[in-house]
Amino acid sequence: MNVLRHWLPILFAVLAVYPLVPGASANRGEQFTILFIYAILAQGLNVVLGLCGLLHLGIAAFFGIGAYTVGILTVGFFPFQQSFLVAAVAAVVISALVGVLTTAPILRLRGDYLALVTLGLGLIVLYAIRNLDPITEGTKGISPIDAGPLPGWSGRNLERWRLYPDWGHHWSNYPYFYYLCLGLLGLVLWLVRNLEHSRLGRAWVALREDELAATCMGLNPARLKLAAIAVGAGLGGLAGALYAMALRTTGNPQTYDFTLSMLMICCVILGGMGNRRGVLLGTFLLIGFDRILTGILDNQIQALVGSASPYLKLSGWRLIIFGLVLILMMRFRPEGLLPARRIQHELHPEVAEALGQAAAEAELASSPAAPTTPTPTHKP
Amino acid sequence: MVDVWVASEPSAGFLQFLLLGLVIGSLYALIALGYTMVYGIIELINFAHGDLFMLGSFVALGVAIWPMGVTSADAPTGAIVATVALMLLVTPLFCALLNVTVDRVVYRPLRQSPKLTVIVSAIGVSFIFMNIGLLWRGATPVKFPDLISDVNLLEGTGLRFTWKDLLVVAVTVPTMIALTVFVRYTTLGKAMRATAQNPVAAQLMGINVHRVIAVTFALGGALAGVASVIYGLYIKAVDYQMGFQNGLYAFTAAVLGGVGNIPGAVLGGLLIGVVGELSKAYLGAKWSEAVIFGILIVVLLFRPTGLLGARTREKV
Repeated sequence: MNVLRHWLPILFAVLAVYPLVPGASANRGEQFTILFIYAILAQGLNVVLGLCGLLHLGIAAFFGIGAYTVGILTVGFFPFQQSFLVAAVAAVVISALVGVLTTAPILRLRGDYLALVTLGLGLIVLYAIRNLDPITEGTKGISPIDAGPLPGWSGRNLERWRLYPDWGHHWSNYPYFYYLCLGLLGLVLWLVRNLEHSRLGRAWVALREDELAATCMGLNPARLKLAAIAVGAGLGGLAGALYAMALRTTGNPQTYDFTLSMLMICCVILGGMGNRRGVLLGTFLLIGFDRILTGILDNQIQALVGSASPYLKLSGWRLIIFGLVLILMMRFRPEGLLPARRIQHELHPEVAEALGQAAAEAELASSPAAPTTPTPTHKP
Repeated sequence: MVDVWVASEPSAGFLQFLLLGLVIGSLYALIALGYTMVYGIIELINFAHGDLFMLGSFVALGVAIWPMGVTSADAPTGAIVATVALMLLVTPLFCALLNVTVDRVVYRPLRQSPKLTVIVSAIGVSFIFMNIGLLWRGATPVKFPDLISDVNLLEGTGLRFTWKDLLVVAVTVPTMIALTVFVRYTTLGKAMRATAQNPVAAQLMGINVHRVIAVTFALGGALAGVASVIYGLYIKAVDYQMGFQNGLYAFTAAVLGGVGNIPGAVLGGLLIGVVGELSKAYLGAKWSEAVIFGILIVVLLFRPTGLLGARTREKV
C-alpha cells in the first residue's frame, strides 16, 4: 500500500529507464512520447478547468497554434528556419497571447455561454488553419519539420550518444525526444504544483468555489481568469510544439478539432479535476488505452478470431467505451479517480465528515499531552 | 455540412440565397428547439442532441428502404406520400423514446449533481450515439432515397423553390406553431414553464417535475426526429458525423436567440441559416462556419444572454 502511495516517482523512474532496456521497442517508445505530450496538454486544461473552474471547450486550438507555430518557424520553405528551441518558445508565447486576447472580451460571459464561445473560438482557429492554404498548407499539414534542437545544432550531432542501433538518426524520433518530453512533463507537473500552492493558485481555487465571495474578498476575477488562460494556453502551445516536432509534421488539421478538446476534458475529469496527479493518471489511462492498448488488443483479437471485421475490433467500439466510462464515472465517482481533496469533500459530505472525525481522533491518539480530553463533541 | 446549392440555376442573387437560408434555417430551428427546451428546464447543454438527430436520420433511412422499398422520386405519388408519412411517424417516436430513456437512465440520477457532471454525462451519451451510428452504417456517407421532386415551383420568377423546399417549410412551420400552442396553452405546457422558472416551487405546487422533464425530453427528441427525416429528404445523404456539425449549428442558434427561449431558438435558427448561405455565396463555402461562430461571439459580446434572452440575475 505504501508503495502505491508513491506511484508517481516510481512511474517516472520506470519510464526513464525504459529506452535503456535492451530490446525495448522503439515504436512503443514513440507512442509513450505522444502520451507525455498529451499529458502536458491535459495539465494545461487542468489549470483552466480544474483550478480556475472555467469550462474551456477549445483547448485543442492552442495545441494547434503551438504545432503550426513550430511548423512555420522551422520548415525549409519558409524564410525563418529557426531551431526547435526558438520555435517552441515562440509557440508558448503566441499560444498564451492568443488565449489572453481571445478570452479577454468574453470574460463577462458566465458558465455555459463561456463554454460555447470557447468552443466557437476553437472551431474558428481550426477553420483558419484548414482554410489558409498559403500559410498552413491546408489539409496536407506542414512537413517535413526537421529543425535541430538548438541554434547551430543538427540532429546528427546527437548520433554519437547512440546506445542501440534502432535509436534512429533524427533527434525527434527516439529517445532524445522521449527524454525531452518526459523531462518537460516532470517540469510542468512541478510548475503546476507550485502554482497550486502559490497565492495565484489559491486565488483560482477560491474563484472556482465561489466567484462572488472571492470578489468580495478583494480578488480580481478578470485578471485571475486571464492568468489561468495564459498558463493553460501556454502549456497547450508547448504540447502542440512538441507534437509537431515528434511527428515531424503538423498533420491533418483534423487532429486539432473538437474531439481532441473533448478527449482532454474526459482525461481531466476521469483523473480528478484540480489534482495534477489525478489528471496525469487520467491522461495515461485514457490516451494510453486509445493510442496503445487498443492496438495491442486488436492484434490479439485478430490473431485469436482470425477475422478483421470492424465489429470485432476494439477500436470500432472506442467511443462507446469512452462514453460508458464517462457516464459511469459521473454516476458513481464524479470526483475522478484521484480527486482533489476539496472537490471530493464537496461531492461526498458524509465521507468528509468521517475523514474529519478520523483525523481528529488520530490527532488525539497521537498527542499524549492531552490524555484526559474526552472524545470530540463537535463535528468538524 | 449542408451543401445544396445547385449551380445550374442562372444567377439568382441575394434573394435566392435569402430564401435558401430561410429554408435551411427552419431545419436548424427545429433541432435548436430540442436544445433550448432541455436547457430551459434543467440547464443542461445536451451534447447528445445532435447525435440523436443523426440516429433519427438512420432510422428514417431504414424505414424508406426496408418496409416501403420506395427509393426514388419516380415511384407512384401515393407510395411516396405513404413513405414520408411513415417516416414522420416512426422516426420522431423512436427519437422521443430514446431521449426519454437516456434521461431516465443517465441524467435523472444526477439531478442534484453539479452542472458539469451532467454535461460530461451528455458528452458520454453523445460518444455512444456516434459510435452506434458508425457501427450501424459505416464511416462513409450513405445516400438517402431521393423521394421528393426537384421541380421548381417558382419557374419564371428567377427564383428557385422546389417541392423539397416546400416540404421543409410545410413540416417545420406547423410543428413550431404546434409546439408554441402546446407550451403556451395546455396545462402540461404551463407545468413546463413553471418547472423551468423554479423547479422547487413547481414541485411544491404539486407538479410532478420528473414527468415534466421526461415530457420535455420526449418533445425535444420528437422534434429532432422530424428534423432528421426532413434533413435526409432534403440533403439526400446522411453520415454518422452529421449530428455533430448540425447539432453545433443548432445549439449556436439556440444560444444566439437566447437559450431557454422558444421563439429565440426559431429566430436564431433562421439567422444561422441565412448567414450561412449568404457567407457561402459571397465568401466561399469554406468560410461559412467561421462566419457563423464569429457572429455568435459578436452577438454574445453585446448581448450576453442572446437576442431574445431575458437578462436574469445570477442566483446567489
